[in-house]
Amino acid sequence: MVGAAIARELSRFELRCTLFEAGADVGAGTSKANTALLHTGFDSKPGTLESRLVRRGYELLLDHAGRVGIPVERTGALLVAWTEEQLRSFPGIVDRSYANGYTEIREITIEELYRAEPHLGPGGLGALEIPDEFIICPFTTTLAFATEAVLAGCELRRRTRVEAVERLDGDGFRVHISGGEVTTRFLVNAAGLHSDDIDRMLAHDRFRVTPRRGELIVFDKLSRPLLHHVLLAVPTATTKGVLVAPTVYGNVILGPTAEDIEAKDDTSSTRDGLAYLQAEGERIMPELLGHEVTAVYVGLRAATEHDDYQLTVASEGYACVGGIRSTGLSASMAIAEHVRDGLAEAGLPLQPKRDLPMVRMPNIGEASSRPHALPEMIADDPDYGRIVCFCERVTRGEIRDAFTSPIPPSDLDGLRRRTRALMGRCQGFFCGAHVEALLADALLADATSGKPHLAARRS
Amino acid sequence: MSAEQAVIVGGGPAGLAAALELRRRGIDPLVLDREAEAGGIPRHCGHQGFGIRDLHRAMSGPRYARRYVELARAAGVRIRSESMVTGWRADGALEVTSPRGLEVLSPAAVVLATGCRERPRSARLVPGSRPQGVMTTGMLQQLVFLHGQKPGTRALIVGAEHVSFSAILTLAHAGTEVVGMVTELPRHQSLAVFRLGTRFRYRTPLWTRTVVAAIHGSPHVEEVELADVVTGRTRRVSCDTVVFTADWIPDHELAVTAGLDLDPGTLGPAVDTCLRTSRVGVFAAGNVLHAAETADVAALSGRHVAVSAARFLADGVWPSPRVPIVCEPPLGWIVPNVLSPEPARPPRHRFLLRSRSFLDGPEIQIVQDARSLWTGRLRRSIPGRSARLPDSWTRSFDPGGEAIRVGVVRA
Repeated sequence: MVGAAIARELSRFELRCTLFEAGADVGAGTSKANTALLHTGFDSKPGTLESRLVRRGYELLLDHAGRVGIPVERTGALLVAWTEEQLRSFPGIVDRSYANGYTEIREITIEELYRAEPHLGPGGLGALEIPDEFIICPFTTTLAFATEAVLAGCELRRRTRVEAVERLDGDGFRVHISGGEVTTRFLVNAAGLHSDDIDRMLAHDRFRVTPRRGELIVFDKLSRPLLHHVLLAVPTATTKGVLVAPTVYGNVILGPTAEDIEAKDDTSSTRDGLAYLQAEGERIMPELLGHEVTAVYVGLRAATEHDDYQLTVASEGYACVGGIRSTGLSASMAIAEHVRDGLAEAGLPLQPKRDLPMVRMPNIGEASSRPHALPEMIADDPDYGRIVCFCERVTRGEIRDAFTSPIPPSDLDGLRRRTRALMGRCQGFFCGAHVEALLADALLADATSGKPHLAARRS
Repeated sequence: MSAEQAVIVGGGPAGLAAALELRRRGIDPLVLDREAEAGGIPRHCGHQGFGIRDLHRAMSGPRYARRYVELARAAGVRIRSESMVTGWRADGALEVTSPRGLEVLSPAAVVLATGCRERPRSARLVPGSRPQGVMTTGMLQQLVFLHGQKPGTRALIVGAEHVSFSAILTLAHAGTEVVGMVTELPRHQSLAVFRLGTRFRYRTPLWTRTVVAAIHGSPHVEEVELADVVTGRTRRVSCDTVVFTADWIPDHELAVTAGLDLDPGTLGPAVDTCLRTSRVGVFAAGNVLHAAETADVAALSGRHVAVSAARFLADGVWPSPRVPIVCEPPLGWIVPNVLSPEPARPPRHRFLLRSRSFLDGPEIQIVQDARSLWTGRLRRSIPGRSARLPDSWTRSFDPGGEAIRVGVVRA
């Protein structure tokens, strides 16, 4: 997410930019598995870089989402107190919000709380309303950034791991990647969980990333009417607690857990974690637990020993963007601006490009109509009326478009994130084999012709 | 908006059998099926034994599915494939997406024959990594019989019902070794002959009182952790495929979005003996009511609903009140699960009753307002398989009374 945002920002200027991604796809690491909130930043630590960048990033991303078609919904959030102690912390939270420049926060009564959320579990003592919190699609956000970057001339190299970095005698860096090396004058490290590893390749020892595992449960779309707002917990020293939130796809999520672990690739869910979430869910919204579970996913947040982003731009032309925690989605575009300005100070010439591409992302959110519900799209191309994934109403036309897009999926997960195919309640019972066959056809066509296609692209 | 007499949602055995019977009664039904080809689940069930109760001959699933489509077409039934009902308008009309565009249909009668599916791994909250190679039987069958794929080399089967044994056959057909079958219950739930057959022919071990504690591997399944439900002891089995079988749930989205009363046991729409739901003009048939019965039982349910729908189209009568029939543990569900005044006989003149656990010779009692309507003893009850209850007692129920309760007096 953050790397793609920076690539997008830099690609708007006359310079050569390459984006290396170790995974099979952009946004396939930490970015894909978060709580998908676009935060006002009301609860950041005032005076931190994080506080400033979340606030600015919120404005930028909200504006950008409308322009490129990233699904967002303004649900607002309610921060619910369940104990007297939590209730007593409200004035402090409000003060902090004001210090962060967010003044729309207000306390509501128990009556207002239960009127706003009739299915909330019993025992809520009061709530703070944060009306400007949004839910957002993290998949589309990252893809939109990367797509804009690629269309503006940035080279994207997926499945390319940075193995070593050395400083060149003159200026710049030599980057050793899987199967080769490149030299560059400026280097940005936005490697998420591995940002400390890359930082150490340049002989720094400034922070250590400890993966913080967050397990989340996704409930069936039929549970969506239970809930209107994002329901936040009163934060503790280590975590923002377990939340219940709608998603832009029309599900309800419950999570995350917060557990510091060793391995940077251990995205396994655990029996204890899921049991804990169920117990929390039972308390927050008992009826939710009566609904079917559609999916369980696990994200690793890049926590460090510091309580702020580890974001520095050295005059030698190296930007380190580490320790970007769960707020990275909201802050991403502001982080990109910050890095851009830092690099400019370090001598990167910024000559704006004249013709920047206009990008419009396919809509996979439920707030506006998807192709299956748009008669004019189907009339134009019957493949938008050919529903392949029934649970998520994904059409043949959308799957084909994903394969012919500037950054086509290279595996099933990539296709899922782009289209929502297989993301629904049946998890492939009905269409799994069909979708896999479509993917295999597309990858085969890609391998034999050098360019992906499923059918002629709609003109 | 086009007017239709009767729209049947779902072109599986129940939907097609309903359409055939409606056609025979002079009605011109429209069948909507969201798949590229109608026929339903049997299209990809490679094993034998379909059609015994309804067509009075045994055949394979794909043959059976084709047969129903042929019979329906020959009878003049309009079947529209690639046509999915995505929801309801406020006025009760159906919204349909197909390559022809968006349509709004406003039929006098709707039959929901949307079938059922198996709960996937996620819904069963099985922890671990999220590797490829984890699937339901439905997906396995389609991979093998519709797409000619080999799912993997070593598979573990979760569940021990009829469908679980069919998964062994499907995997054998694809050349995949089955490393074992696990069930948390004390024994399998299928026929002894199936168990013996798979035990001797494929040497498939059956591990009872065992659950999948975790799945490991990336990007493919490498190992499964099994836990004994009694001792908690775990052990690991190496495999590259895990098939989650059975644990059925009705595909009830349209029933929910229509606001129909659901039966708390089946999770499908609550229906009376005429298979009428709680909404005037909306009927339901097949495995959306009872997940999952064999295809022929679903088809006979479809034939039954057609009789009721035809009568409704002629007289417009929709009786009330509706008295629910409620199951008490260890019973799980009963179908039909509502009685309306002057009840007709249910499909196949019986109620289907399921228990959550194995019961040996349970004595069943049906009570309304502290008055016993029926008592009788079942030989046994096996979870995942329906016992048969007679319908004679329905004549003596009180339409103005409380809910009817079905319970076990003595196990």
